[in-house]
Amino acid sequence: MEHVLRFIVRRLLQLIPILLGLSVLLFAWLRALPGGPAQAALGERATPEAIARYNELFGLDEPLIVQYLRFLGRAIRLDFGTSARTGRAVTTEFLERMPGTIELTIFAMIFAIGVGIPLGYLAARRHGSWLDSTSVIGSLLGVAIPVFFLAYLLRLGFAVELGWLPGSGRQDVRMDATRITNFYVLDGLLTREWDAAWDAVLHLVLPAIALGTIPLAIIVRITRASVLDVVNEDYVRTANAKGLATSTVRRRHIIKNALLPVSTTIGLQTGLLLSGAVLTESVFAFGGVGSALYDALFARDFAVLQGFILMLAIVYVLVNLLVDISYGLLDPRVRVR
Amino acid sequence: MSSLQGGAPVLEVEDLSVTFQRKGEKPTRAVDGVSFSVAPGETVGLVGESGCGKSVTSLAIMGLLPSRGVKVGGSVRLEGEELIGAGSRKLRSLRGAHMAMVFQDPLSSLNPTVQIGTQVTEVLLEHRDMSKAEAAAEAVTLLDRVGIPDPRRRLKEYPHQLSGGMRQRALIAMALACSPRLLIADEPTTALDVTIQAQILELLKELVVDTGTALVMITHDLGVVAGLCDRVHVMYSGKIIETADRHELFARPRQPYTGGLLASVPRLDAGRGTPLTPIRGSARDAIPWAEGCAFAPRCDNAQDDCLTEVSGSVVPLAYDGPGRELRCRHPLEHPTAPSGATALGAPR
Repeated sequence: MEHVLRFIVRRLLQLIPILLGLSVLLFAWLRALPGGPAQAALGERATPEAIARYNELFGLDEPLIVQYLRFLGRAIRLDFGTSARTGRAVTTEFLERMPGTIELTIFAMIFAIGVGIPLGYLAARRHGSWLDSTSVIGSLLGVAIPVFFLAYLLRLGFAVELGWLPGSGRQDVRMDATRITNFYVLDGLLTREWDAAWDAVLHLVLPAIALGTIPLAIIVRITRASVLDVVNEDYVRTANAKGLATSTVRRRHIIKNALLPVSTTIGLQTGLLLSGAVLTESVFAFGGVGSALYDALFARDFAVLQGFILMLAIVYVLVNLLVDISYGLLDPRVRVR
Repeated sequence: MSSLQGGAPVLEVEDLSVTFQRKGEKPTRAVDGVSFSVAPGETVGLVGESGCGKSVTSLAIMGLLPSRGVKVGGSVRLEGEELIGAGSRKLRSLRGAHMAMVFQDPLSSLNPTVQIGTQVTEVLLEHRDMSKAEAAAEAVTLLDRVGIPDPRRRLKEYPHQLSGGMRQRALIAMALACSPRLLIADEPTTALDVTIQAQILELLKELVVDTGTALVMITHDLGVVAGLCDRVHVMYSGKIIETADRHELFARPRQPYTGGLLASVPRLDAGRGTPLTPIRGSARDAIPWAEGCAFAPRCDNAQDDCLTEVSGSVVPLAYDGPGRELRCRHPLEHPTAPSGATALGAPR
């Protein structure tokens, strides 16, 4: 236990230089973008005087180093200022939108894991069959297809043409649902507003499939390769030599070991999805962190961009920390270190 | 050897052949017409270099060869019951219960993510009508019997927490869990330190004597043969080329290959600077049996009729005195009694 605690503390300390470096890069990069927030807010034909006034108002006329230090001083208290676009606190906005992204990520990973692991396992056990080649080619396509393109296709097919599933938003706007946690599905379940929960689930289906396709493809490939490795291991031969039932050999001796590399992939992909659903979210106008970043980028909303990206970095590192800890639970050999 | 020895054979292997067939490649015959039998309490050695077919023979007996691309012919009977062609369900019910196997590398042969206890009890739960608590208690007894100290604690540990010798003991405990009639040990000491090797061999010997289990010892190590086996079959290129009792084999090897194996063992009593006498070439130099004696290209005794097949048939495995069989046209001669005996061959 002490090991684990020391490990967690060390990793959290590592977070400090990472975040500092990232904040410097972010700050410099945003200021290097053509057109400032004033231009974005006041329009292309704003007079220089108006722009100067705007910059003065928001402290954008001061030297960069002063701006950065002031930003840093507030950021330590998790205060990232107010959005220039909406006038609301960045942290509040983040906490409102993050649950949507988390829900979307969870559904996407359920899709990717639920389909990916069985498919990868079957492909390996029927090595060389049509199922195997189909899943290999399919996963290649899944990795290669651009996410926004797939998202558009899904929306066009299942939402616009067929009308089977909703194609935008997180919930029907006419649904007057109670908000508690901003996890719409969870809120629906907590308040026993079943129809609201179900509606939120339906809204998640298409974005989750679009977002889950790349992780799905990667999980299929890793599971397949890993199972192919493990079935040739000596301990699987030992298990068979013991005359164990096929199901015991499969569950305890093949799958348990084959999933070790898969679990790493799942962790890394989850971290990526939590921070990188910008394209999918904007196609489906899904009110998560990704679409907020998209909007903020066009509005040159520095406060939102800085705050969101830094907080996403924290989320990403925390998810990876969780992955590393859970890896120790799966593989006893990692635990001793 | 023991009072339990003798009686109807536990294992009868007759004309066993294993052919590997890969798509677009010529089939290779790894085991070719191998016959032998093992009585209760008897220890039979299958000896040969890597690639001679001894491990494939053991996997074929256990029914552990992959079903695709492998053709197994001949007959394997366990206590009179035919195993070749038996259904996989039937084989699973026999494996672990009536016949068991100990493998070469104890670390890779144990599942790294499953506790030792589970790996022992799963055999018991599969084949014997036991509750989990009964199986756990039995596992403690088993680990204790194979000489693992503090067995109750070991049950909760993982393979990487055990030493090499302990791992092999644990594997032996798993193999013996259901008191099988036949135990096959495939180079069980190769991956271990010399001192541990001796302990493991001693353990196997004890268990065979105590329970009357028939033991097939697969090895390339003549020291193991000397310490453990009653009868020895020397294999080369998929065929048995010499069969003899242990003492006979060490005293009067007849096949030049057997003689070469014995001569190539380093001896502590040889003078300093005495060069080792290896067998020329490697097992890859073997020629197909249809073209003569497979060992002929490496044999010092080889003559013209060893290579060109005069009669058009394979060199036969023929009677060579009581309890001995030999596949050779020009065997080593031993005019006077025990001259070729090595330090290893000395009766213990």
